[in-house]
Amino acid sequence: MVADMAAVAASSEGQRERLTSYALLWRLPMPIWQIAFFVIPLLFLIAVSFFIVKNYRVEPGFLPENWTKILGRYIFWKTYGYTFLLATIATIVGTVLAFPAAYALAFKLSESARRWAVFLLIIPFFTSYVVRIFAWMFLLAREGVVNGALGRLGLGPWTMLNTPIGTMVGYMTLTLPLVIILQTFALAGIDQRYVEAAHNLGCGRLRAVFTVVIPLAKVGLVIAALFCFILSFGDFVAPYYLGGSTPPTLPIMIVDQTKSGQQWPRASVIALTMITTLFVIAFLFVTAAYRRRT
Amino acid sequence: MMADRVVGWVLRAYLGLIFVFIFAPIAANIVFSFNSLRFPTIPLGSFTLEWYQMIAGDSNVWQAAQRSIFIALTAAALSTVIGFCTAYTDYRFRFFGKSAYMALSLLPPTIPLVIMGLAMLAWLSRIGLSGTIAAVIIAHTVMCIPFATAVIRLRLNQMDANLEPAAWNLGASEWAAMRTVILPFALPSIVSALCLTAAVSFDEFAVAWFVSGLNKTIPVVILEILQGVIDPRINAIGTGVFVTSITLVVIAQMLFMARSRKPLVVQ
Repeated sequence: MVADMAAVAASSEGQRERLTSYALLWRLPMPIWQIAFFVIPLLFLIAVSFFIVKNYRVEPGFLPENWTKILGRYIFWKTYGYTFLLATIATIVGTVLAFPAAYALAFKLSESARRWAVFLLIIPFFTSYVVRIFAWMFLLAREGVVNGALGRLGLGPWTMLNTPIGTMVGYMTLTLPLVIILQTFALAGIDQRYVEAAHNLGCGRLRAVFTVVIPLAKVGLVIAALFCFILSFGDFVAPYYLGGSTPPTLPIMIVDQTKSGQQWPRASVIALTMITTLFVIAFLFVTAAYRRRT
Repeated sequence: MMADRVVGWVLRAYLGLIFVFIFAPIAANIVFSFNSLRFPTIPLGSFTLEWYQMIAGDSNVWQAAQRSIFIALTAAALSTVIGFCTAYTDYRFRFFGKSAYMALSLLPPTIPLVIMGLAMLAWLSRIGLSGTIAAVIIAHTVMCIPFATAVIRLRLNQMDANLEPAAWNLGASEWAAMRTVILPFALPSIVSALCLTAAVSFDEFAVAWFVSGLNKTIPVVILEILQGVIDPRINAIGTGVFVTSITLVVIAQMLFMARSRKPLVVQ
């Protein structure tokens, strides 16, 4: 009883408690699982990147050539640049396309309408991305529904499949729901009185958006953009099935190296390069998000 | 103001267009799964159940569906148990390194799927599990833990922080308080987490493709059919997949939203 009271006092005051078996039982399962099956597999990639492939079998070893061969190739850096460019464009396009929608959700709709819209946006985020990409494959085809509709307007037919446009449609299918949700939360969190004050001081609608709304919601908007970049940079489905995989992207290279020829070591080199890139990008975005305006 | 109203309607119309873009592929799949045309286009052909009959007689698809369901149920149960432990630990205890602890739980969705797939393939084949159903369950549990943790943690946030200490004061042991206070309160979020994680696992295609070997799941079967020509069977399989995962996500969200309106009273 006394121990219980002490625990009450400790937890309500936010101090550290004695580590009991009760506490350990709740605390340990996650780190055990995530270290064994998440951290170690990722760290193991570093080891694999030095392994040797003999007769289509991966064998432990120390072969720096995996690194020098991949990083020394022009085609790798060309692919790297292309992937980075596509992800950057996707981030800009996604942020710009999502913003008016998030703005409408945050400021123009009622509380319950907003809740229902977010409810609907969460659904596609958890429903088969591959099947949705398949739908775009026939919707965007030259004889497909989109060109059929354009034809009635006297436009087209346009070639969208197997072009960067197709890839971009795929990236947006993947990222837009999440980006809109994150932007909506960022905008809805703004204290409306600042915006009203700007209006009262004679600030125009558009100017208020750029000088008051966006700076106030900056952290959330940047985080949304970061997710857009991470998801696009790592996706192999959109560039493969909608972009026609020529030119390839880094995720397509990883799939090719792994699935044909058992080249896990080289695929690991590419994977580690991608993870490093994402770390740097995440660091830059987060720093930018929290930097004070001067 | 007139101008304000116009801007409001333009923004609403734009929002509508964005929703059309987001839901067009799902709607197209369902519509064309009942359409007789071999190549899905407009004008629509006639109504048919041909594609459903085709997959009904395809043992490949059925075996994959059974596997997918088994994997989804197991991964959902495992990740929800682990997610509950993590959420409760975060709610109840304070300790050194807690933000790193929570990061470990929440980070997996930020790792690109191909990299996750490659890492799982390399590690799980090292420990002799690659190509088994267990491999897919292990990988999916890793990817589901963040969602289970988040859903249950948000629910615990809504609990009066004094409820558990009150139970202790009344003489309940920590275990009794867990059983009679925390678990009943968290129950809707636990069911919600089960549904959501089952949907995540059921739809996961990339990591499963890398580690499942011959034990293909439904999304892997779709991915492999996709590499050939446009095959309308995918619309029928896809409609089944959509109905399953949309149902799960809707149930998960209903439970999640219900709690935020009326706070649950502990008996």
